[in-house]
Amino acid sequence: MKPAELHQRDRMWQPPALTPNYKTSVARSPRLAMLSLQGSLSEITGPTFGHSDIDPIDNDLIKNYAKTGDPVGERIIVHGRVLDENGRGVPNTLVEIWQANAGGRYRHKKDAYLAPIDPNFGGCGRTLTDESGYYFFRTIKPGAYPWRNWVNNWRPAHIHVSVFGTAFAQRLITQMYFEGDPLIAKCPIVATIPDQRAIDQLVAPLDLNAAVPLDCLAYKFDIVLRGRRSTLFENRLEGN
Amino acid sequence: MVQPLPYLKETASQTAGPYVHIGLAPGAAGFDIYRQELGWQIATPEVPGERIRVEGLVHDGTGAPVKDVLLEAWHADANGVYPHPEDPGHAEVPPGFRGWGRIITDFETGLWSFETIKPGPVPGRNKRMMAPHINLWLVSRGINIGLNTRMYFEDEDNGADPVLNLIEQVERRRTLIARRTGPGLYRFDIRLQGDDETVFLDI
Ligand SMILES: [Fe+3]
Repeated sequence: MKPAELHQRDRMWQPPALTPNYKTSVARSPRLAMLSLQGSLSEITGPTFGHSDIDPIDNDLIKNYAKTGDPVGERIIVHGRVLDENGRGVPNTLVEIWQANAGGRYRHKKDAYLAPIDPNFGGCGRTLTDESGYYFFRTIKPGAYPWRNWVNNWRPAHIHVSVFGTAFAQRLITQMYFEGDPLIAKCPIVATIPDQRAIDQLVAPLDLNAAVPLDCLAYKFDIVLRGRRSTLFENRLEGN
Repeated sequence: MVQPLPYLKETASQTAGPYVHIGLAPGAAGFDIYRQELGWQIATPEVPGERIRVEGLVHDGTGAPVKDVLLEAWHADANGVYPHPEDPGHAEVPPGFRGWGRIITDFETGLWSFETIKPGPVPGRNKRMMAPHINLWLVSRGINIGLNTRMYFEDEDNGADPVLNLIEQVERRRTLIARRTGPGLYRFDIRLQGDDETVFLDI
């Protein structure tokens, strides 16, 4: 395998660091320009994962923390493909998710929202994509929850998603939203993304074809990571 | 009109939020769920190399520690080789060397630390050698897209490093260099903004 560089990240598509309507970004955003680097081995390599790292039940959030029964809430499948910008599936890559329970409460020692913890719901899962880049999870649809920003901000229902790809420079964390949620348009965190098309790409459509009748609904969420440059000229790290 | 190009657009990033540990380090969030969590050991004790420990803080623009930050480290082995199929030497990487780790803060103080072996120099572009370094990526509430930087070592020869030399303001190069505070012990503070803002990398 010969090393190949990645497409430049589109910084006008990605959210900028400073987004004052999301207040926490104000003190946590670098103000000086980043140093843009052409890729070296340090950027185009990255950690690899295998089936010995995880267990098959890890992608089933309905069962992976069940103690006395199933968790409360709307049962859903979340599935899709991890692709690169060239449209190719990214195989064997680690996808990790975390979310609030059906009431909007996280199982975290720092979450004090008044909605109750669900004793049967942990709220995290992980899986590896298959050889075509496909992944799926089974879970509970998370509830909306309030957060301190302006006095009456509510997060739309969302699932946090972390993906690796094959290069450290592809590392990505994002959030998946649900089709039809009126809170999406009112969320200052969603609005950190400058381009409406990039926001639309985070909204998973209802996918009735993948639902299990009399059991659970399904939402489809494809994730796109940066692509590798094609094999033309000057794209090899060694230079010409 | 022209023909459309076939490329997809990269999925937009969103903040990891305050509860990132639930997903990436549930033990730190306060519960046990997986048989094994990932990223807690970068190199097993048998891996050859100088054992080191790195500790530090991430500071926000007011100087306060960022207590809910999560970092990931990625670095080469003692011979400067990454355990990845695109590194031409990867077949020689010692078993037990993962090269990757997750770094969790103490939620009360924001202090973090990790242990590993010191990486060797890595060939950079056009075969110019890069001084030993650890690649870092950090996410937290308030950070809209993960921040990349590098940590170099003050007791190594960094003078010819091609990345450090790209930093136009010479004074800022030291923001990427960890201080040696004891045998095998290094201190690396990251400043998100303000005086001595760390150089972040668009990689
Ligand atoms: Fe959240």
